Amino acid sequence: MTLPKKVLVLGSGALKIGEAGEFDYSGSQAIKALKEEGVATVLVNPNIATNQTSEGFADRVYFLPVTPAYVGQVIERERPDGILLSFGGQTALNCGVALSRSGVLERAGIRVLGTPVSAIEDTEDRDRFVSRLREIGVLTPRSRAASSVEEARAAAAEIGYPVMIRIAYALGGLGSGLCTDESELTARAGAALAHAEQVLVEEFLLGWKEVEYEVVRDRVDNCITVCNMENLDPLGIHTGESIVVAPSQTLTNEEYHRLRAIAIRVVRHLGIVGECNVQYALDPRTGDYRVIEVNARLSRSSALASKATGYPLASVAAKLALDKTLLDIDNAVTRATKACFEPALDYLVVKIPRWDLKKFPKVTKTIDSGMKSVGEVMAVGRTFEEALQKGLRMLDIGADGLAGGADISFEDVAEEIRRPTDERIFAVYQGLRDGMTIPAVAELSHIDPWFLAKIANIALVEKSLAQGSREPSEQLLRRAKRLGFSDRQVAGACGATPAAVAALRSRLGIRPFVKQIDTLAAEYPAKTNYLYLTYAGSEDDVQPEPRPPVLVLGSGAYRIGSSVEFDWCCVNTVKTLRRLGLGVVLVNCNPETVSTDFDECDRLYFEELTLETVLEICERERPLGAILSVGGQSANNLALALAKAGVRILGTTAESIDMAEDRHKFSQLLDRLGVAQPPWSELSTIEEAALFARRVGYPVLVRPSYVLSGAAMAVAMDDSELRRFLEKAARVSPEHPVVLSKFILGAKEVELDGVARQGEILASVLTEHVENAGVHSGDATMVVPPQRTYLETVRQVQGIAGRVAKALAIHGPFNIQFLAKDNEVSVIECNLRASRSFPFVSKVCGTNLIELAAKVMLDWPVPPPKQDPFHVDYVGVKAPQFSFTRLKGADPTLSVEMASTGEVACLGDDFEEAFLKALTAVGFRFPLKKVLLSTGPQESKADFLPSARALAELGVELLGTPGTAAYLKAQGLDVKAVDWPLSGGDNTADRHISAGGVDLVVNIPKDYRTEELTNGYRIRRAAADFGVPLVTNIQQAKRIVESVFRKRAKEPVIKAWQEYVRT
Amino acid sequence: MRRETLERPCPGALPSQGRALSPEPPFDAPDAYLVLEDGTSFQGRSFGARRPSCGEVVFNTGMVGYPESFTDPSYRGQILALTYPLIGNYGVPAEFAAELSTFYESGRIHLEGLVVSEYSQYHHHWTAARGLSDLLVEAEVPGIEGIDTRALTKHLRSRGPMAGVITDKPSASVVLPPRHLVSEVSVSEVKSYGDGPKTVALVDCGCKNTIIRSLLSRKTRVLRVPWDFDASALDADGFLFSNGPGDPLDCKATIDNAKKALATGKPVFGICLGNQILALADGGRTYKLKFGHRGQNQPCRLEGTQRCFITSQNHGYAVDTERLPDGWEPWFTNLNDGTNEGLRHRSKPYMSVQFHPEAMPGPVDTGHLFDEFTALL
Repeated sequence: MTLPKKVLVLGSGALKIGEAGEFDYSGSQAIKALKEEGVATVLVNPNIATNQTSEGFADRVYFLPVTPAYVGQVIERERPDGILLSFGGQTALNCGVALSRSGVLERAGIRVLGTPVSAIEDTEDRDRFVSRLREIGVLTPRSRAASSVEEARAAAAEIGYPVMIRIAYALGGLGSGLCTDESELTARAGAALAHAEQVLVEEFLLGWKEVEYEVVRDRVDNCITVCNMENLDPLGIHTGESIVVAPSQTLTNEEYHRLRAIAIRVVRHLGIVGECNVQYALDPRTGDYRVIEVNARLSRSSALASKATGYPLASVAAKLALDKTLLDIDNAVTRATKACFEPALDYLVVKIPRWDLKKFPKVTKTIDSGMKSVGEVMAVGRTFEEALQKGLRMLDIGADGLAGGADISFEDVAEEIRRPTDERIFAVYQGLRDGMTIPAVAELSHIDPWFLAKIANIALVEKSLAQGSREPSEQLLRRAKRLGFSDRQVAGACGATPAAVAALRSRLGIRPFVKQIDTLAAEYPAKTNYLYLTYAGSEDDVQPEPRPPVLVLGSGAYRIGSSVEFDWCCVNTVKTLRRLGLGVVLVNCNPETVSTDFDECDRLYFEELTLETVLEICERERPLGAILSVGGQSANNLALALAKAGVRILGTTAESIDMAEDRHKFSQLLDRLGVAQPPWSELSTIEEAALFARRVGYPVLVRPSYVLSGAAMAVAMDDSELRRFLEKAARVSPEHPVVLSKFILGAKEVELDGVARQGEILASVLTEHVENAGVHSGDATMVVPPQRTYLETVRQVQGIAGRVAKALAIHGPFNIQFLAKDNEVSVIECNLRASRSFPFVSKVCGTNLIELAAKVMLDWPVPPPKQDPFHVDYVGVKAPQFSFTRLKGADPTLSVEMASTGEVACLGDDFEEAFLKALTAVGFRFPLKKVLLSTGPQESKADFLPSARALAELGVELLGTPGTAAYLKAQGLDVKAVDWPLSGGDNTADRHISAGGVDLVVNIPKDYRTEELTNGYRIRRAAADFGVPLVTNIQQAKRIVESVFRKRAKEPVIKAWQEYVRT
Repeated sequence: MRRETLERPCPGALPSQGRALSPEPPFDAPDAYLVLEDGTSFQGRSFGARRPSCGEVVFNTGMVGYPESFTDPSYRGQILALTYPLIGNYGVPAEFAAELSTFYESGRIHLEGLVVSEYSQYHHHWTAARGLSDLLVEAEVPGIEGIDTRALTKHLRSRGPMAGVITDKPSASVVLPPRHLVSEVSVSEVKSYGDGPKTVALVDCGCKNTIIRSLLSRKTRVLRVPWDFDASALDADGFLFSNGPGDPLDCKATIDNAKKALATGKPVFGICLGNQILALADGGRTYKLKFGHRGQNQPCRLEGTQRCFITSQNHGYAVDTERLPDGWEPWFTNLNDGTNEGLRHRSKPYMSVQFHPEAMPGPVDTGHLFDEFTALL
């Protein structure tokens, strides 16, 4: 077959729970692979923060929703002759299958490359899947399909409780769950059937192990398994929620190879060409198995397998889709062997999910077969204990590992072990440490006793350290380090300081060794630059390069507030430095990133971003300096300590970073510069706090330094709210003060992202928020260039930025956030690092701020940027993506705490066009036909009135909650009144939402309170549970209606990024 | 071989299974060493039997399958280092020493010693009958843990295979006594298995159980004969020359008998050492590989096709394809280093492979070769 000339690649859109950074990795590798083969690429992906949408990847990039309608239009314009569906997660797969079914692909003469659509459908449609596997005698869980709750009940009765509910075509196990009785089944099946036409009721395999294989097959039927993985958590916990170990630890040769052979048989039978994931349940009592799932596409697991083994699965899968065979492709790691082999590991990796459930008051903390985690880390080690403890530190959740986790303790340990939550691993540790036996913990948790024994080893060492003197014996210290104890953990256990432990280590010569990940366990010489550190070794695999490199710190685990945007910043920094001819050593620990592709830098350490580890790496690599300002806040936090340890910080000095980070110092600086800031104070008693709040006037923003439960920040409207929050959710004392600041209502928020050189701003881009201040900047809709900001405000912002830059001698990237009200501008925050919006403003304006910043930090001469961001003749709008559907119980509302898990940005000739495209890309559905309004307090009801009129004029059917409906009716509008959820009956708002047909819910909460279980909460939750777009901010709601009204009957313009931005 | 016992007594018994919180031993100082013939010394801790031992030090990169590997007669006389760092996790199954055990490849542990990074004192698996260390104690095989097996592997890779000793002293002289390994592992008399309609004469140079079971499951009767037995005299429908330890040139009697077997014109199959024996029998040559193949991930290309199979391997010698005997052609070739992985005769029913189609441990992707052979009978 001939090579296609131009291939369309579909991305996965915004990062969301269940579909995150792993698809930036897979899409980027696919595009690179196609380029290597000389094939032109067109990419549709509205996720502007990704690497794959950067210059140097696809030939044409469309920041458009990955929906059949938009992609169909791109196809008409671009006329590709091939399409890749399996690199953009479930979003791309679903879109591609729809395009294929509707005949669009066939009519346009587009070949689906790689796995054929029929094979995809075999894996996605549960009935077909089961019968296809039955054809070759492969076992699947007993299951029945049901398209109504009654059918589901009948099926469950036949199979016997407990049963699992699953839905077809779901990302990340959405809507699935365990039902132990009929009432649970009725509830779950009802919710799941709101998303899908069909649910599956399946036998539940209690306590079975979960095991996965990553399989690759080419068109001539060569088939290999690149990696197998074992979940530490038993079946019933989504693999994305589970701690995962690669390779498997508790499988015998017979089990390993039996499951491997079945995986290969399945993949051959289905006719997969490319990459595929086969998931098993394995009975730990008999070795019996079931195939529970096959993903005929790149997945989170395949990204993990790629990073775990060094085998570039996505790149290989892309080449196989171009009809190459495994024998035609080189092993990219060894550069001496071929891609047709199975990596042999001489280490193990442990993947641990990162949850951010604390950000969501009321959310259920239990973990199950649906995903809630927002990111993950991967730790490499040569003992299980080492990898596990490293991984827990990498999460950056305040835990130093298992031992010494004094902040996490449980009252009912057994219950915590039995009922899995995001903190179960700590409960398991506590249980074993405090005397529970391995069989007892195994019985409660269904975790294989082998893992528990390893965890018990850690507890044993912690006890020995605690019983001994402040200076542990050499043997004990060696043992502790081999089991992954950090110096801080050792110090904590034996009552010493981390510095004393480090000094003792240095005296005894106890240090980690650098090992290569080479795919073949050192059997042949390999040129690999993919590295990790281990204490279970006696020899370094590599020596420092003669020429000192630059050290770049990555972002670590994706979490709410820090995700793919910082990976983009890292990758672009590294690319720039390498173009300047510098060697780059990168440190990161997140397997869903592009920065951890080993071909992106000169040396990659898949390692912790902790002070101890970074210093060990510095000692081995002797870098000329370190760049900390492109990996988000965690990297930035190390600045002062690294500088004190003698590491040269490239860019703005550590002292300046400290001055911007320390609230007191920064406030003094602003006072000195005569720059306004919202009044604030740090207080150590509740009484003082209340006094301050009354003095500056409510509302106030409350930020305790010690949070007991729930959100770390809150807005208090009055004394009683302030007291309630501080008494219930926080601890206030001189050691744990609370910071209060005046919360300014009705202010606009603008941000400046820029690059300065020795205090002079070289380039900056001003961004305006659609929502008023009070919505976290990560959740705000952002606009570039500003559309509704006064010139006077712009002038003041630029003036202040100039003074701040000079005072802090900023030398590199920075971000300043401002409040503007009545042309009064004040500063809320200043970050001396790249911000979340750097890729957005860089791509919209066509000026790569990171490239500029990297050159500045290396004191490289830079020409002034070509394009003035104010004079672009189009608009970029960034919209947040929320994952509330997956966060059961969480209140889906905007607040001072960030809640979004991702973002998109689209370009348009004007604001309205770009805004509607962006909203579509995060799941809004246009045109609007039926809208439910609950517009809150009187003033916002009045505020929304013109919008309601516009909707009526557009012929949109309006539903209103009692007050809203009465108000609008009094204004002469035709509104159908619905009842409040709590009043019950058939006409409640939530009933209307669950019944389907509502395209948009507008619910404006009365204030910033998040603690209430009100009617409003019920409405918002119904919208999230039934997948109906929801707006809770009045400014956003008005702008949506305004945009819809102005753009009625006008088709959105389909234009590539390269057509908007001509550089 | 000379076997001396250690002067000092063994330490106290290891902690047993199921204790609440001490699955691993106390934090002992190093008490065992692996010393190589070039003087390189690695320090670690002893497990398994406590006795000094010596042998050729080799490595294997497989990540599972230690009970199968340790009982594979091809490892006779060798000290085996495992590159996968965690060993012993699932214990060892029952039926050790049972005839044709399904869990073990022979009734003995053939290793002279075992070298690992971490031995897991705690094991758990539904098939486990006891811990690996207990089995090693029974079989009088010493183990050493706490070794950087990656560093050791790189050393062996760059310097070539060499002899080594496991001892309780940091230095030692390393002298390997001469041994005829194949005669140590072969059966001493003819044994018959099964009652299938076709009979295969299996020349046992160190045959693995799974080879026999692979034949039996294909409805054959197997006559297992000693390594130096002239099988051509038997009334067999075909011959199989098995795997085995060491240098094929040490098996002169087998090579001579293989000539006779080939002369019968009946189907002949060779596996691993058997591949080399058949090549030598018809006038070919073998040589010692710089890097032996020991792992479960070796890609072998079927000559003349784009098809490639992942195979299990364990050999240090290879057939020289530059000087193949007349009538023979390469069948499989290693994709990594281009060495020979199998031969077949252009016109006669003779075929042989360098890898292990019976797997155990390792991938079972080439099991169909037994079908091909038995179909010829």
